[in-house]
This record gives sequence, C-alpha cells and structure tokens, in this order.
Amino acid sequence: MADIQELKRIASQVRRDIIRQVYLCQSGHPGGALGNTDLLVALYFAVMKHDPKFNMDAKGEDVFFLSNGHISPVWYSVLAHAGYFPVEELKTFRALNSRLQGHPTTHEGLPGIRIASGSLGQGVSAACGVALAKKMDGDDRTVFVLTGDGEQQEGQIWEAALFAPHHKLDNLVLIIDDNGQQIDGPTREVLRMGDFGEKYAAFGWDVMRMDGNDLEQTIKTLQEAQAKRNGVPTCIVMKTEMGQGVDFMVGTHHWHGKAPNQDQAQKALTQLEETLGDFPAEGI
Amino acid sequence: MLNLDKLQSTGKKATRDGFGAGLKAAGDAHDNVVMLTADLRGSMKSEDFINAYPDRFVQCGISEANMIGVSAGLATAGKIPMATTFANFATGRVYDQIRQSVAYSDKNVKICASHAGLTLGEDGATHQILEDIGMMRMLPGMTVINPCDYNQTKAAVVAIAEHHGPVYLRFGRPSWPVFIPEDQEFVIGKALHLNAGTDVSIFATGHLVWYAIEAARELAKEGISVDLINIHTIKPLDEAAVVASAKKTGAVVTCEEHNKYGGLGSAIAECLAKHAPTRQEFVATDDTFGESGEAEELLEKYGLGVKDIIAAAKRALGKA
Repeated sequence: MADIQELKRIASQVRRDIIRQVYLCQSGHPGGALGNTDLLVALYFAVMKHDPKFNMDAKGEDVFFLSNGHISPVWYSVLAHAGYFPVEELKTFRALNSRLQGHPTTHEGLPGIRIASGSLGQGVSAACGVALAKKMDGDDRTVFVLTGDGEQQEGQIWEAALFAPHHKLDNLVLIIDDNGQQIDGPTREVLRMGDFGEKYAAFGWDVMRMDGNDLEQTIKTLQEAQAKRNGVPTCIVMKTEMGQGVDFMVGTHHWHGKAPNQDQAQKALTQLEETLGDFPAEGI
Repeated sequence: MLNLDKLQSTGKKATRDGFGAGLKAAGDAHDNVVMLTADLRGSMKSEDFINAYPDRFVQCGISEANMIGVSAGLATAGKIPMATTFANFATGRVYDQIRQSVAYSDKNVKICASHAGLTLGEDGATHQILEDIGMMRMLPGMTVINPCDYNQTKAAVVAIAEHHGPVYLRFGRPSWPVFIPEDQEFVIGKALHLNAGTDVSIFATGHLVWYAIEAARELAKEGISVDLINIHTIKPLDEAAVVASAKKTGAVVTCEEHNKYGGLGSAIAECLAKHAPTRQEFVATDDTFGESGEAEELLEKYGLGVKDIIAAAKRALGKA
C-alpha cells in the first residue's frame, strides 16, 4: 500500500484526468467523478487485492463494480494508473472506436470492467452474483459495489437489498455515494430518500458511515468492512461532495452531467496539481 | 432421417418437465451449472436438480430483475446460471436487465422460460406472452430456442449448458405429445428435417410442431407433399435449410405460438426476402392478447389449430 501522501498525489492526478477527459469530448459527468475520486483511489491503491493483468472471473481477488456508470472518467483514470491499460488511452474517452465508452462496458474488451453499467440500479445485483459465487467456491475475497444516492430510487436496488442479507453475503460491501445531488436537483427535492442507514438497517444490513472525501477515514472504514465476516452484508453510507477538488464545482448538481469550457477547465486544473504526468492531448 | 410415419406420439409430457430433466442432466455434466428461480421452483419442475445439488440452487423470491443481475454476476465468476421463471416475467418484465447486464455484457446466462404463449391456459393474457421471441431475437448476440416436446427440451438444456453465450430458452406448461426420438441429436442453430416433401414447406417451432405434423398427414391424404422442418433455434436461423426448402417447394407456411410480428414467421420472411422471395403464410396470433381457457381450445380460437395450418398451406399453394 502506498502511503497517504502518495495516495493524495494519485488522487490529484486522477482529478486532473477527469477534467481533461470530460473537457476533450465536451460531454460526461465530472461532478460525481470528482466526488468519488478518493474512494476509488483508496480501493485500488490501498484496500483491494486485485490483478491488473485482469481475469474476468476474479478468483482469489477482490472485486469492484461501478453501478452508477456515468462517473466512468474516475474509474478509467484509476484503472489506467493501476496498470490495467495505458494512461494515454484516456484521451479517447467517449470518442468513436474507443474502449472508453461513455458508460463502462465489457463489450469493447477494456480490462478492469466486468459488466456494463449506465442504466441504473443493476450493479448491486451483479455484485450479489459474484459474492454468491465466491461463497460457493470458498473464495474469501470481498466484493465492493458503488451506487449513487439518486440511483437508490431504482426498484431493483431494493430487490437486491432483500437478497443479500437473506443469502448471508457478508463478503459484499455496498457503498452509497450520499452526495445529495442528482441530475434534476437535490435528491431531497427530486424524490426524498430519507436516511439510507436506517433503511438498510431495516433490511438487515450492517451499516457504516464515512466521509468519502477523507482518504484516511475512507481506507480505514473500507478495510473494516472488508475484514468483517458475520453473516451480514455491509452498507457504507458515504458522504461526499459532488465536484470535490474544484471550488466552483463543489456541492452543486450543475456539474453532474456538464463539461467545462476551456476557461473553466483551465481554472479547474490550476487547483489540481499534476503529480504523475498528464496524458498527452491537444488543446489542454 | 425422420418422416411422418416415424413421428408418432409416445405419450404426453410437458416441455417444462423436459426442462427439469435436462437441468438435472446438465447439472450432472457440469458442476458450475447453477439454477435460479423467482418463486417458481415447483412450476419449473426442477426438484430433481435441487435435491441433487441444493448448494447450486438460488431462490431469488419474486424479484426477477435482481435474478437476472445475480445471474450475470454468477456468470462473471465462471458459473453457468440458468435463470428460470415464466416467459412473461423472464423477458418483458426484465428486458433492460437482460439487455445491459447479460447481452451487452456478453454474459453466459441462460434464461429458461416456461409457460410461454397461449397454452399457459387459464391464467389468461397477463401471463400469456406472445412477444417474447421478438424481443429476445432483437438483442445482439442472443440465441433463441423454442423446443417442441419433452425430449427436445431436455436435449436443448444440455446443449445450451455447453454453448458459451446468452441464450433464451422458451418452453411451456401443458402436457403435450412426445414424438421426437429420445436419441435425436440437438444442434443449436441447425434445423431438424421432420419430413421430406415437394409441394409446400412448413416451418414450425414449439408446441405447434405437433400440429404441423398432424396437418402434414392430412395434406398428404389430399396429395399435397409437405417439406416439414422444425426450427427449434430461431436465432441464429438455419438460413441454408430455410432457403433450400423454399426453393424446392416455392410455397412456405410458418407456425408458432407467438404474435405474427417479430417471431419465427418474421425471421423466415427476413431470410427469404433476401435470398429466395417466396409466397409465405403465417400461422401465428394476429397481433392480439390472449385470454383464459384450456390450451387446445385457445390455440383453435386464435387460429393456431391443425385446420388453420392446412388452410394456410393451401393458400400458400394458391389453392384457397
């Protein structure tokens, strides 16, 4: 595991990559990607046992599913820096003939992706399937899955929320990005979700809470959830700020699904240190 | 080579019982076959598998969307999941889950759907899906199979377990004549020639294959020779077999327990329009929902009876 300073340097570069990917194709979802950067850096560089040579079946490995596929730029950057594919490939995000589709897919053969996501609410079920297979096979590694908070409005989520405790999937960790924002506005105004922790506790899950923009706390919480084997799945209600790391993008749904223009991108990049080298690209 | 004389009923059994037998056989052959159901283990006739392999049975409750997603996850980890429920809940209810988590994600998931079509019977139109072949056929990479009797369904289950890729396997509820020889080889994507004839081609799938055999016997008495072909795999379609037969006879009838749009008839029309344009008659439901009733009286009411196939053959031959 890299030390915390090194992890922060990786996170800074990942945030730069997000801005630059989204700027280059003038589309995509920077807000949630920035907010979840610390989580994905923690998972891939500090918490999970995983192999960048990429084995689809993940035997003997921890697994991460991104159910809210629209925050793909953060995942792509983290996977690239973790060695799954060349960092230069980030410049092809959302372009024709790219493996880096707008929403993640297995279809173009991008290493690190195990299922397509984008149509919301489906990733927890898939994560349950892998967790169940690991139980059947005596493989004690952990399956992590991230959903948005707005995504929790999908009915399939609650089918999976019943399934996981019933089947005693204590090797499953669901992380809810509780940033309080969705595309049409604050979640409490679009469709009020109440307290996720209370809901999941009522469904029979262990509930943990963390500040997903505090790297040290995030790592500690994830490791605790990862080690836990008590017959009960874990839900981590994770507070983040949408747009974290860029002052004019923080805490608003306006940057949920909107790309910055050149001035905005330049301004954002001045707030994010280039630590590992930018991927080469024209015009930014 | 089969022919009308050899195709005799040896008794009645449901195709879903064939599924249960095939599932047990597939489970014996592959220790990574896993069965899932959404509160319908009894209807799926799967007790032999569940008793033999309780650890490979996953009860999902009445949560079909989650069942498809869990199946996709199991497939990711190297299992061969067979997700089972009624055809309506296995397709229309979960189309997007199948589309994104299974088909687009290239998952080796087998969607095994019973109670398809009108022959579900008394439960009525809410459960009688007649659009499922069309929906599943439109998904890129999806294999679509509709076996015709107990023996063929059993053989199909064994075959799909050995085939890598997503499959939609459609079968049904009623007791139905068993007429395919028990040792008949089942090859995905290869049509089964049931009778060699020269005047009219009848392509049939599912339960209506038996009616097509009976219709062919009647037509033979009237001196009309039927080239009878069982299309158990609607996708990928055995185009060579379809084109060869249509070119030989110049008259085509398609028979299916499905809407006239999107199913076997459509698949064959698409093929023939491109390779061998041929007069075609469609024995299928006429863009309608079903209703409650007994299986065979429903088939008759909705124009899928033996007499309807005979009439369609005569129309195709210009004799009506």
